[in-house]
Amino acid sequence: MRLVLRGGRVLDPSQDMDQVADLVICDGVVEAIQEPDTAQGDTVRDVAGLLVTPGLIDLHVHLREPGYEYKEDIESGTRAAAAGGFTAVCCMPNTNPAIDTPAVVRQILERAESVGYARVYPVASLTRAMAGDQLSEIADLKAAGACAVSDDAFPVQNAETMRRGMEYCAQFGLTVMTHCEDKTMTEGGAVNEGYTSTVMGMPAMPAAAEEIGIARNILLSRLTGCRVHLLHVSTAVGVELLRWARDCGIPVSGETAPHYLTLTDEACMGFDTNAKMNPPLRADADLQALRQALAAGILDAIATDHAPHARHEKEVEFDRAPFGIVGLETAFGLVYTHLVLKNILSLGQAVHLMSSGPARVLDLPGGTLRPGSPADVSVFDLTEEWVVDPEQFRSKSRNTPFAGWKLTGKPRFTVVGGRIVEP
Amino acid sequence: MKDLLSLRETSAAEIRELLATAVSMREILSRPVKKVPTLRGRVVVTLFYEPSTRTRTSFELAAKYMSADAVNISVAQSSVTKGESLKDTLRTLQSVTADCVVIRHSSSGAAHLAARFADIPVINAGDGRHEHPTQGLLDALTIATEKGRLSNFDLSGLTVAIIGDLAHSRVARSNVWGLTKLGAHVRWCGPATLLPTDADRLPITVCTDLREGITDADVVMVLRLQTERQEKGLLPSLREYARVWGINARSLSWAKPDVLVMHPGPMNRGVEIAADVADGVGGVRALIEDQVRNGVAVRMACLYLLMSRGREEAVQ
Repeated sequence: MRLVLRGGRVLDPSQDMDQVADLVICDGVVEAIQEPDTAQGDTVRDVAGLLVTPGLIDLHVHLREPGYEYKEDIESGTRAAAAGGFTAVCCMPNTNPAIDTPAVVRQILERAESVGYARVYPVASLTRAMAGDQLSEIADLKAAGACAVSDDAFPVQNAETMRRGMEYCAQFGLTVMTHCEDKTMTEGGAVNEGYTSTVMGMPAMPAAAEEIGIARNILLSRLTGCRVHLLHVSTAVGVELLRWARDCGIPVSGETAPHYLTLTDEACMGFDTNAKMNPPLRADADLQALRQALAAGILDAIATDHAPHARHEKEVEFDRAPFGIVGLETAFGLVYTHLVLKNILSLGQAVHLMSSGPARVLDLPGGTLRPGSPADVSVFDLTEEWVVDPEQFRSKSRNTPFAGWKLTGKPRFTVVGGRIVEP
Repeated sequence: MKDLLSLRETSAAEIRELLATAVSMREILSRPVKKVPTLRGRVVVTLFYEPSTRTRTSFELAAKYMSADAVNISVAQSSVTKGESLKDTLRTLQSVTADCVVIRHSSSGAAHLAARFADIPVINAGDGRHEHPTQGLLDALTIATEKGRLSNFDLSGLTVAIIGDLAHSRVARSNVWGLTKLGAHVRWCGPATLLPTDADRLPITVCTDLREGITDADVVMVLRLQTERQEKGLLPSLREYARVWGINARSLSWAKPDVLVMHPGPMNRGVEIAADVADGVGGVRALIEDQVRNGVAVRMACLYLLMSRGREEAVQ
C-alpha cells in the first residue's frame, strides 16, 4: 500500500529540507522524498501549493478521559488534535482516576487505538492520585506505556518528595514534566500579579512563584541527573533560569504555549474567564522574552496545554472558574500568524518547535520525514485566512480567548502511520 | 450607560451627571415627606452575597424614597445555598420582572458577570476587592459639598490621601478613578504589605510613610483594617499598625488645617482611626455621617438614571 503526497512544499527541519517534492509513504513508514511529480502509488494526493511537514506533536494536552468526558474524551480530543495538524499528543494524568496505574495507561492506549485520530502518549502521575506524597509505581507505568511522568496541575510542593521522585525516574530514563509553582505564594490567585491584578482587585500569582519552582526543579535535576521538562514556561526570568541550566549542562528542557506568546494579562481585564489559566497570562516583557527564547533555541517546544472545560464551568465568577483554555485547533494558526508572518520565527523554526523539538524532549518516534520513519505527516494551507469560531471546534469544549481572531494558515489534513486523517 | 459596574469604566461626564442628580435627590431627603413618585411600579432587587448594613439599607431607602418596590435577597435565604449559579439567579430575577439588580459579592468581577447575563441594569454595590462605585460617588459628593465645588464637581487642586489597607480595598479602587477623573490628586499610603503591586502605575502617588502621605492633604480617607490581616502574616500586630499608620490628632496635624476626615465604615476605633478623630473632638472635621447621608442621595441618582433610561428605551 503506497501513498503519495504529490508536489507539496516539504519542510522538514530534522533534515534541513525545504523543497517541492513528492513524499512517498509505504506500509506506514516514509519511503522516499523525491523529485516532484515523479512518484507512483495506490493513492496519490495532490498537495501542490500546500506545506508538508513532519506531524506536529503536542507535549501537553488534557484529554479528560477517563472521568471528565463531559469536557473532552479521547475521540474528541484527538479529533481536535488532528484538526489542528497534530499527529501525536501527550495526555496529562489529572484524569479520574488519575493515570497512576498500568490499567489506566492501557485503557487510554486502547481507546486511542480504537477511536483516536492521533497517537496518544499517556503521561503518568509522579505520585499516587497526584497527592504529592507516595510515588506511583513508576516502573510498572513505564512498562505499560507511559511516555513520561508529571505532576501537572498538582505540583509536588515537598522538595524531598520531588528529589526522590526524580532519582527514581532517572534510573528508568523517564523524564519528569513539571508544572513549576510555589503554591504557598499563589493561594487563591487567579491572575498574574501586577498592574492588572491591582486594577481588577484580583488575588494574584506572582511570576516569582513560578520562577522559584523552576529554579528548584532545575537544581533537583542537577542533583539527581533526572531529565526534567519544564511545562508551560511563562516568565522572562524562567527563560533565563533555563538558559543557565543549559549552560551548566543540566538535562532540562522547556516549552511554552501559544497563548503566552500572543496575549498578556490585559486580556483578563474584563473578567473573561477564558483568559484564566495557570500559569497566568503575564506581562508584555515576559511575552517578548518568550518569543526571543524560541528564536534563540532556549525553549525546545511549543505545546498547547489544551485544557477543555464545559461552558457552565467557565460561566462563573472569575476567581471560581477553573484554569485553562483549549488550544489544539488554534495553535498552528496563532504561531504562523503571530510569530512566522511577523518574522519572529522562521517557518522552519516554528515547525521544529512543534514537531522535531517536542519529539526530542521525550525521545518520541516521529518529528521527522526521514525515510524509514513512521509516516506521521501534517499538511497545511499557508494562504488560507480564517476566523476562529469556537462553534466549529472538534473539541467538546469552547473555552478559548481567541474567538473572532483572524488567522492565516490552516491545517488541511494529517497522515498518521500512513493513514490519511480528515477530522 | 446600561449598568454601573466600576468608576474606571465610567466617564467624567457620566460621573458629573450622577453627582448633579444626587444633589437634586439630596434636596428631596431634606423635605419632611421624603417620597417622590419617580419609580412607582418599578422593582429594585438587592442581591447580597456578603453581609452589609449600610450599603444595603442605603439602596433600599433610595428605592423606597422614589416609590419603587425594593426586594432584598440575601444568600442565606436563597437558592444560592442550594448551589444555584449567579447566571441562573440573575435569569430568575429577570423572569420575575425585576427592573434593576443591585449586587454585592465577595468575588471581584461578579457585577460584570451579572451584567453579562442580565438585560436589566446592574449596579455594583461592591465586588470583592475590585470596586464599590457608589461609595466612590458618595465620597466625591461629600468632598465637593464641603469644598464648595458643587457647580461643576471640579476637584482640581485638592489632595486626597487614602490611608490603610489598599490591597484589599474596593473603596480605594473606585476612588482612584472617581476622584482623579474629577481632577483631584490622590495619594495611597499604607504598609508595604497592604499596598498592591504596581500601584504606582495608577494615576496616583504611593508611599509607605504616613507623614509623607498626609502632609498638606485636603482630605484624609481612612480605610477599614480587616483585623484578620495579622493572621495572614501581613502585619505583626494591630497595636503596631495603630502606632505607625493610625489616624489620630498627631498624624492629622501634618495635613492642612481644614482637613476633612472620611471613613467608609464600619470603623475599628482605636485601630485605623482614633475615637476622638472619628467623633470630631477638638474641631476635627469628620464627615462619616455626611458620607452615609450622601450615600442615599447618590444611590437614588444611580437608580433614577439607570432605570428611567431603561424605561425610555423600552417605550421606544
